[in-house]
Amino acid sequence: MEQRNNKTEAANENYLELRGINKAFQDCHASRDVSFGVKKGQLVALLGPSGSGKTTILRIIAGLETADSGEILINGKDVSDVPASKRGVGFVFQNYALFRYKTVYDNIAFGLKVNKWKTKDIRERVNELISLIGLEGLEKRYPNQLSGGQRQRVAFARALAPNPELLLLDEPFAAIDAKVRQELRAWLREMINKVGVTSIFVTHDQDEAIEVADEIIITNAGRIEQIGSPMEIYRNPDTAFVAEFMGHPTRIDNIGSFSGFGQLGSEYHAVIRPENVSISKAGETLRYEISTEEGVVERVLFRGREIDLWVRIHGILVQGMRKIEEAPVQEGEKVRVFIYRAYVFGEDQKVQIIGNSLINTEETVII
Amino acid sequence: MKEKKKKKKRVIPGFGLSLGIVTAMLGLIVVIPLCTLVIYSAQLSFSEFISTVTRPRVLSSYAVSFRTAFVAAVIDAVMGTILAWVLVRYEFPGKEIMNGIIELPFALPTAVAGISLTHLTTTNGWVGSIFYRLFGIKIAYTTIGITVALVFIGIPFVVRSVQPVLESLDPQFEEAANILGASSGQTLRHVILPEIFPSLIAGFTTSFARGLGEYGSVVFIAGNTPYKTEIAPLMIMSELQEYDYASATSIALVMLLAAFAILFINAVVQSRASRIVSGIA
Repeated sequence: MEQRNNKTEAANENYLELRGINKAFQDCHASRDVSFGVKKGQLVALLGPSGSGKTTILRIIAGLETADSGEILINGKDVSDVPASKRGVGFVFQNYALFRYKTVYDNIAFGLKVNKWKTKDIRERVNELISLIGLEGLEKRYPNQLSGGQRQRVAFARALAPNPELLLLDEPFAAIDAKVRQELRAWLREMINKVGVTSIFVTHDQDEAIEVADEIIITNAGRIEQIGSPMEIYRNPDTAFVAEFMGHPTRIDNIGSFSGFGQLGSEYHAVIRPENVSISKAGETLRYEISTEEGVVERVLFRGREIDLWVRIHGILVQGMRKIEEAPVQEGEKVRVFIYRAYVFGEDQKVQIIGNSLINTEETVII
Repeated sequence: MKEKKKKKKRVIPGFGLSLGIVTAMLGLIVVIPLCTLVIYSAQLSFSEFISTVTRPRVLSSYAVSFRTAFVAAVIDAVMGTILAWVLVRYEFPGKEIMNGIIELPFALPTAVAGISLTHLTTTNGWVGSIFYRLFGIKIAYTTIGITVALVFIGIPFVVRSVQPVLESLDPQFEEAANILGASSGQTLRHVILPEIFPSLIAGFTTSFARGLGEYGSVVFIAGNTPYKTEIAPLMIMSELQEYDYASATSIALVMLLAAFAILFINAVVQSRASRIVSGIA
């Protein structure tokens, strides 16, 4: 076993670093100048719509694809020319890629056997992992005799078996049904914390990224749009793309025509989210009465926890919500909508958060 | 607690009709002819039957048949897998033509193959002369010649059963093995081979069974020396030429049982594999 643990390194240095990675396939440019760093022990999500190049980045880190240009450093060493089998990286595939003709035990033991571990050590390590993932008694099963969730656990254990210091997960929850997915998210988060392995996972599901990751990297068309904590990404999107990707956004062209945002020119567009608007029925008292817009409710959707509403204002369908305890709103009813804040961007696609001009300026956050 | 028996309706129509066609076809083409084998053999008493099928010349013909067919099937399994691998994994000019040529042994009259192979491999032939001069090996009119003919006949069975499995093999299996630190040799042995193993066994057993029964291509190249290069099907033919139908069918019955045994082994392997893959515990 090679010694990869270099204690002399500064603690805050990036464990993994990508510098200017470019990768083009025949018909598409999958990565454009991708650079980011991941600190030791962090759990990072690569989040983006499908085709945004996030899986390509993961595969380049693993060594399954070779970048056209750029450097990958793991623990300070350039590994661009190190083959996948020697990088010491764990990888969990989207469909797990468990070996169908091997039992759970042999699947987990595979990475140890090919690295010439002693039989006794293999048994110890595999049993340790099987109890970690809670599949005691299923060692002799074949992958297809397991449920989706169990398979994912086996794939996780198999990737962790040779003690990698970096774990990569490609859409780890995509193949699992919604109910089990919730449980597995919490499980995976707990496991990764317990093992303490630096991890990167790819997902297109923002809820998943927000819930599981310490840090989110948003990708779009091969480029990185923004890197930040889930809260930063959600609350302070840098670019129009991020603003429109996160939450349940409504895009508003020419935000200046909306009451309270009149100071903005017609070249400004905006994104607002349901939590940024308040919808009130006629007759309800309102703090910022003057600055409301009148709209007609087009659709009411009972969600259980709240009621989602779609209101047509100036020809745009704006999504908002009302509490269950508030007076019910009917479709076709005239309501008043107040927009607290909007994620405004112009030609350059840079987002600034602009509060309704009626609210005190101190509540306004401008980046 | 009386419940009306509900007649289960099948979703796919035509079950009765198609099952009828299947049983009729199987009966007419496979089962009835094979049964007549048993009936003809039954003209002999059991001791007569035993003495017919254990005559020294017949016994040595079994030995020749089994040995050559087995060796040929092993060669087919190895070479066929390599052929399938090349055809699936690499792109090169002429690939489609090569892919088509694989099937030629199926399409060609086996006698044609036998005659041309014999011409090539006699001590005067193109290939045969080289082997004879360099190594002193005679190919035609020996068991080596029989094996060569059987390799030719059997190779498409292996290629055509392994090829589709290799084609549908998820590249992620190899990537997963690779990331876990496996060399390409280890990946081949521990990941790819288990995946293609059932189809490899299917190809091996069918080419083995085919080799046992092959007549047309072998008679020319074998030379048919008693006790040395006589194959079991030839013994059947020679009994027939003497109008000894009972003896002929007796030997045929032994061959039939052998074929059943081989295909049974295949069935066991296949059902084990499909149990593992389908996940029924």
